[in-house]
Amino acid sequence: MIRMTGVKKAFGDNRVLQGMDLHIPRGSSMVIIGGSGTGKSVALKCILGLIQPDAGTIMVDGKPAGKGDRDAFLARFGMLFQGGALFDSLPVWQNVAFRLLRGSLARPQDEAREVAIEKLRRVGLKPEVADLLPAELSGGMQKRVGLARAIAAEPEIIFFDEPTTGLDPIMAGVINDLIREIVTEMGATAMTITHDMTSVRAIADNVAMLHDGVIQWTGPVADMDNSGDPYLDQFIHGRAEGPIEAVR
Amino acid sequence: MNPMNSTMNALAALGRSVMYALARMGRMAIFGFSAFSHMVRPPYYPREFANALLNIGWLSLPVVGLTAVFTGGALALQIYSGGARFNAEAVVPQIVAIGMVRELGPVLVGLMIAARVTSSIAAEIATMKVTEQIDALVTLSTHPMKYLVAPRVLAALITVPVLVGVGDIIGIAGGYVVAVQNLGFNAAAYLQNTVDFLEINDVTSSLAKGAVFGVIAALMGCYYGMDSGRGAQGVGRATKGSVETAAILILAANFVLTGVFFSI
Repeated sequence: MIRMTGVKKAFGDNRVLQGMDLHIPRGSSMVIIGGSGTGKSVALKCILGLIQPDAGTIMVDGKPAGKGDRDAFLARFGMLFQGGALFDSLPVWQNVAFRLLRGSLARPQDEAREVAIEKLRRVGLKPEVADLLPAELSGGMQKRVGLARAIAAEPEIIFFDEPTTGLDPIMAGVINDLIREIVTEMGATAMTITHDMTSVRAIADNVAMLHDGVIQWTGPVADMDNSGDPYLDQFIHGRAEGPIEAVR
Repeated sequence: MNPMNSTMNALAALGRSVMYALARMGRMAIFGFSAFSHMVRPPYYPREFANALLNIGWLSLPVVGLTAVFTGGALALQIYSGGARFNAEAVVPQIVAIGMVRELGPVLVGLMIAARVTSSIAAEIATMKVTEQIDALVTLSTHPMKYLVAPRVLAALITVPVLVGVGDIIGIAGGYVVAVQNLGFNAAAYLQNTVDFLEINDVTSSLAKGAVFGVIAALMGCYYGMDSGRGAQGVGRATKGSVETAAILILAANFVLTGVFFSI
């Protein structure tokens, strides 16, 4: 479904991606792990066209990403941002139904509100939350609203950027379970970036480890603990000693 | 250090600054053209436009009104005391009218809009950028130039001339109150002199300046917001830069427009 081949991206002298190759099959849940600053978010933003790669190709369903009708391309994606990225000036339901209130997927306001409330219910939030502003919500609730917004238009592909960062372990578990359930029931292709190994085990079908701008290891989550890859072993066990420098 | 090297270093630093300033002006110009091109192409966001009309126009009325009324009053006092030096106290109505409508009304309203609206737009959009809300807009198939920039620039283009008109009237009213209450002018004669002295060109130039200043104020807020760096410091720099640039461009544009409208 998504195939990245030799993707490179540098910011000045900082070469973040140095030839990243990755394949995410349709309907699978791929989790990308790696230390801070290794380019996980950059890779995700390259697929969406938020950042232009310097070299390499990114194909979605066999077609180059970012070519052709951009609105139609983006309409296939949903994304949960690390900080939620909810629009402060809009009430929760309008955040969730944002895509349904304008553009090619626009629906009547009442219908869009109903969909928003249904999606909020799906992520465990009561309808009363719909008319609150994002600033009135806790961090966990904001993540859930972000998740509801990501799935509101029933996208084929969903990206999750650090979905559990900043949440307590119980709320992180709730979000992980929600992501797994939603991806399974929607049959969507998912790509998650995280450092949280609990999330990896809860969400992933496949795991890829990004280090030094390339995919160091990739395979099914069941093989992760016996990979024999020293980088992956050091990362998943959180050891200071190993091939990955602790001070970067 | 070798004096030749020092001179070359100084020239190189000057050259870098000039290149940086020119590059920034170029980016601003491209941003402005892009904003106008998005303004005339669908999709349109009427709700965002209505919010911008409210925020830029209606909610700026108190600050514009207060600025104008005190300026008009002070202007009347200044002209009266200054005119007394050569027995020209009677020209207060005419000079207040021409001063407010041609110059002080549009410039002060423009500067107040730069302080109130430009800063607010820059801080809001910069915060949206820092918190990935702009990226979120893009992933939701919404172009930030259409959703954030075009409605604000169009609203400023429409509302700031109206604010300037209101400011002109309130400024003249401020001068009228001071002249009639404190300086012993006849109320009816003051109004008649004001109306008789003003020409249509004075009013049209005032409103045209308002339109230009409004576009500058909104564009600079949007440009610096979209161009902001990371974190709280990035938002602060964007806000400060937007107000400084808008104020300087408004004063420069005022000089050019005054030359265009009133060159003899």
